[in-house]
Amino acid sequence: MTPVQKTVTRTVVVLIGMFFFAFALVPLYDVFCRVTGLNGKAANQPQAMSNEEADTSRYVTVQFITRSSKGLPWELEALTRQVRVHPGQPTEVEFAFTNNSDDDVWGRAVPSVTPSEASLHMRKLTCFCFQEQLIGGGERIEMPLVFQLTRDLPEDINTVTLVYTLYPVDNDNVSQQVQTTSLEGGDA
Amino acid sequence: MAPKLPPQHTLEQSSATTTAGQAQEHDHHHGGPTGIKRWLLTTNHKEIGTLYLLFSLSMFFIGGIFALVVRAELFQPGLQLVEPEFFNQMTTMHGLIMVFGAVMPAFVGLANWMIPLQVGAPDMALPRLNNFSFWLLPVAFGLLLSTLFMPGGAPNFGWTFYAPLSTDYGPPSTTFFIFSLHIAGISSILGAINIIATILNMRAPGMRMMDMPLFVWTWLITAFLLIAVMPVLAGVITMMLMDINFGTSFFDAGGGGDPVLFQHLFWFFGHPEVYIMILPAFGIVSAIVPAFARKPLFGYASMVYATASIAILSFLVWVHHMFVVGLPLAAELFFMYTTMLIAVPTGVKVFNWVTTLFRGSITFETPMLFALAFIVMFTIGGFSGLMLAIVPADFQYHDTYFVVAHFHYVLVPGAVFAIIAGAYYWLPKWTGHYPDERLGRWHFWLSVIGVNLTFFPMHFSGLAGMPRRIPDYALQFADFNMVSSIGGFIFGVSQLLFIAVLIKCVRGGEKAPAKAWDGAEDLEWTVPSPAPLHTFETPPDLTSQAPQRH
Repeated sequence: MTPVQKTVTRTVVVLIGMFFFAFALVPLYDVFCRVTGLNGKAANQPQAMSNEEADTSRYVTVQFITRSSKGLPWELEALTRQVRVHPGQPTEVEFAFTNNSDDDVWGRAVPSVTPSEASLHMRKLTCFCFQEQLIGGGERIEMPLVFQLTRDLPEDINTVTLVYTLYPVDNDNVSQQVQTTSLEGGDA
Repeated sequence: MAPKLPPQHTLEQSSATTTAGQAQEHDHHHGGPTGIKRWLLTTNHKEIGTLYLLFSLSMFFIGGIFALVVRAELFQPGLQLVEPEFFNQMTTMHGLIMVFGAVMPAFVGLANWMIPLQVGAPDMALPRLNNFSFWLLPVAFGLLLSTLFMPGGAPNFGWTFYAPLSTDYGPPSTTFFIFSLHIAGISSILGAINIIATILNMRAPGMRMMDMPLFVWTWLITAFLLIAVMPVLAGVITMMLMDINFGTSFFDAGGGGDPVLFQHLFWFFGHPEVYIMILPAFGIVSAIVPAFARKPLFGYASMVYATASIAILSFLVWVHHMFVVGLPLAAELFFMYTTMLIAVPTGVKVFNWVTTLFRGSITFETPMLFALAFIVMFTIGGFSGLMLAIVPADFQYHDTYFVVAHFHYVLVPGAVFAIIAGAYYWLPKWTGHYPDERLGRWHFWLSVIGVNLTFFPMHFSGLAGMPRRIPDYALQFADFNMVSSIGGFIFGVSQLLFIAVLIKCVRGGEKAPAKAWDGAEDLEWTVPSPAPLHTFETPPDLTSQAPQRH
């Protein structure tokens, strides 16, 4: 190989490496955020209640915000806008889903926790956000969220905000989801 | 100082032609194609350099017209001339065209012309690839401009094309925009490969790395930055393409993706990108200042190390573009300090330029005027960058006109002035004639006044809270905006003088000798003006010389 060919080969190797590195950053970012909780994503699986005693020495305000998004004719309402809880104390709040269209529609509420450091300390025992929902035309459903803030929530966090954003679920994705959701629906 | 040229080489050059028309005939002897084919098929670094520069100049005017549409709309509060939708397309296209179509190709054009001349190489290492990487550009930007005529209009989400604004809510033409950016990116990557291969392998015998002119050094480092980050940009826009057309959810929270991930990936590319647009400018200024101060550059080695430090630091600061997305304190502190750290090597550079000027015998020809304006106004842009680096302050400045003022100060009197300075400096080498000094001065002073009138008031309107990218504004910003618009039009129109200078200079003017400027010492000044089509076919031998710079 001539020196020029050598240089070009090396450069092209770096180039290809960087292209794949960009794609590798997607799962890396995901893992990084799951470990550190930095993107405010709470666990999307039900978690066991930890049997720690509530820390009655402090209160934390938990606020609930809901947002709809384009393409889903739903309304999501937090029936309790704000609760004051002790860390460690399991709490249940109700959310009301309303389908404003005449058709049955699939959708899902995606949660986000602010400040993001709190997301690792937010344990959800039951949440409507764990799976897609099917709501009939004009129907209104109330669904619970049971959560617990762990006692090791950092001292400087006094307010935790939970945001639920509604997203439509594509029909082709639903077909895969029907089985699991119908099973869970049977339990409920 | 001048390197000894082998006699046979000197002979060839003395018989070489002195005007552009005859240079063409020189080409005929080699049996090259004529007419349009000559330009389509050329593999000559000088011709490709010229093509790049002309392309960049035309993009500079197209992007400039878009900016003037924006400034015209903002002349008075209220919606006057264009629909908000079209306003958004103009801001977006202005940014995209200026960054990818004007500034980057201009630097590649200068690199094509000057790097082989400055390292004593006969041509670029990969001449055919060079031709290909240029001709990708008209395709890319033809495609990008064509989106203006598509249903739904051109991209309207800002040059940063944040997802999901660009993926879920963008116009249908977004896919064409992605494709055009892919092509432009491939062009930059191929250009960078070529530049690296040329600099590392084709230096004249005896020229060590630390003997290279700074323009060559800064471009070498820039080329490495391009290699490192353009693939990341390609990856990001590929993910967008898949989100839009193939149902993936990289950036769609509804499908498990993360919109903030887009910003991380984009700015991981975007921050090194801003240094890609300024490092070669440092190189140009580092050539011009010593030439007109008639002193060798102060602190050559520290300039090289400073450039390299800036390049390395540029990978560690990207989050300062997104301080308000909600970050833990530790991250905000880390990125604040790394950002401020960049001021150190940049300060070294400014110090070295100023010290080069110190007790020099300075003359103020047009290239020097632009280079001096660069030093002053780039520093102003650097200081407002330091202000933006302070996290709590940034919470207020974020997405206001203060940011617009900051990056226009580093890009217009920064990158663009350096390109113009470079053009004035090397025009005698390119055309064989000096550019018209009187017209050049008019061009300079009108540009300086125009730029400052346009962008300085933006600091104030930004600090007072005027948001970016909005076609209307509150009444209290009216005066600032009127001044900015007047300045914008002065700057825009005065660039026509540049065209006049260029045309005059190509057609005639005072004849320039091989060494066109008194204090200019680099290798390009040892070949005749205008530089014949083929130079350094036998490399100049520098081995016998005393080390040039230290």
